[in-house]
Amino acid sequence: MENWKIFAKGLILENPILVLALSLCPAIAVTSSVMTAITMGLTVTYVITLNNVVVSLIKNFVNPKVRVPIYITSIATIVTIAVLVLKAYAPSLYKELGIYLELVVVFAIILARAEVFASKNSVGRSFLDGFGMGCGFLGAMVIIGAIREVLGNGTFLGFSVFGQAYDPALIMILPPGGFILIGYLVALFKMINDSREKRQRIRGESA
Amino acid sequence: MSTEVINNNVVSNEIYVSSSPHMLSEVSTKKIMWTVFATLMPAVIFAVYYFGMPALTTIILSVLSAVIFEALVQKLRKKQVTVSDGSAALTGLLLAMCLPASVPFYVPIAGSFIAIVVAKQAMGGLGQNIFNPAHIGRAALMVSWPVAMTTWTNVRYTDAVTSATPLNVLKLQGYDALINMFGSQSEMYKSLFLGLRNGSLGETSVVLLVLGGLVLIFKRYIDWVMPACMIGTVGILTWIFGPDGFFTGDALFHMMAGGLIIGAFFMITDYVTTPITRKGQIIFAIGCGVITVLIRLLGGYPEGVCYSILLMNCATPLIDRFVRPVQYGRK
Repeated sequence: MENWKIFAKGLILENPILVLALSLCPAIAVTSSVMTAITMGLTVTYVITLNNVVVSLIKNFVNPKVRVPIYITSIATIVTIAVLVLKAYAPSLYKELGIYLELVVVFAIILARAEVFASKNSVGRSFLDGFGMGCGFLGAMVIIGAIREVLGNGTFLGFSVFGQAYDPALIMILPPGGFILIGYLVALFKMINDSREKRQRIRGESA
Repeated sequence: MSTEVINNNVVSNEIYVSSSPHMLSEVSTKKIMWTVFATLMPAVIFAVYYFGMPALTTIILSVLSAVIFEALVQKLRKKQVTVSDGSAALTGLLLAMCLPASVPFYVPIAGSFIAIVVAKQAMGGLGQNIFNPAHIGRAALMVSWPVAMTTWTNVRYTDAVTSATPLNVLKLQGYDALINMFGSQSEMYKSLFLGLRNGSLGETSVVLLVLGGLVLIFKRYIDWVMPACMIGTVGILTWIFGPDGFFTGDALFHMMAGGLIIGAFFMITDYVTTPITRKGQIIFAIGCGVITVLIRLLGGYPEGVCYSILLMNCATPLIDRFVRPVQYGRK
């Protein structure tokens, strides 16, 4: 139960993009199509999970004064692996993602999880935390990417949704549409979390 | 309970939250909005006469969808539905005036959605919005459907032949081509003044728009200073920075072309998104004029009224702070 809570908090309660509002830059930049959003989401899930495990493993040997450079080195190593794999097996996707794939190194959410959670918890718990956060990130990216691609291009994963008659609203695949959409999604998640909190309070009072 | 009553009263304009002096007047938001709506009617009727049925459907779609979106969002936000105050209908009408007549049916609906839901209600409703909703709607449409938004088809007079607006001709082909388009210079002024030219619905007839604006000034709903400053700034600057060196520009053309007249009389005189004090309003209007001229003469777009007003909307809080009146007795 406790393990499930560690994993699940990243999905909605502390969703990295839509609640913690970290890593908004990729959430705008690479979500203009579902495919790039999924690739970026999977990459980040992989990096954040593995990095949490590494940080948790070395937490007893690291001098707190130099912990950030060490975390960044670890993240950079893991990201480099991901970049090389993508370059080798999916060069066109790699080209589409451009600079943002390398920039995963400095995503705030990855360093934040290492600092806040992995450096203080056991390997298993850190793994679950990283995986949960990664899944929350992936989910948010896919939601944003799907809405933007469907409205802004009339397609989903490249397949036409509405047929020829649909005249796509270009604003949705341009940055302004991304900002507006993320604003509304943040409001939606706030609503979900608020109503959940209210339910829990009522349950607590009646118990 | 008591706060609810107060809130409802504020919404229905029976109680005003305002700075002193607390004088009661007969003028209400509802009355002002519907008066502005009525003063736009001559220009609307002329646009329908000149552009034909597509203009009418565009206007009706825009106004109706704006009203429906406003009611829906207010229901969702559990607020009192205040569509009868006319502010949503006016936003819809002003948005339609910024559109070409021949846009597809979904364009005015999407524009009203952006204007009402995103630019107005998401900010907190009437009185809370930072940007002019109608112009936000137009800017979003400009980005979304650039082709539809820049295709001007005059159904009545040229048998659905697409032709460019005067400002477009000036930007792409130069001043001589512009004169050729109308025949002679005086002919050009006449067409611009009467509204016999291509363009968005509300940027055609100068004389009808000015008449509507004058009614508003006469009723003291708007201050004459703002339109005068904006149009004057555009005139002076375009005259100074003419195509053949200093003081050679065609100020009269620039003052009558494009959306300047409707922008100066109906857009920058919006109470919500512009500065409160007169000094602030003058700064605002001159800023709008300067940016309009910059976009027209140097920018990539042929017309810059919409963007100039949106950009100055950003600066409104800053201007308000800068020109804050001194309290009596203070230095």
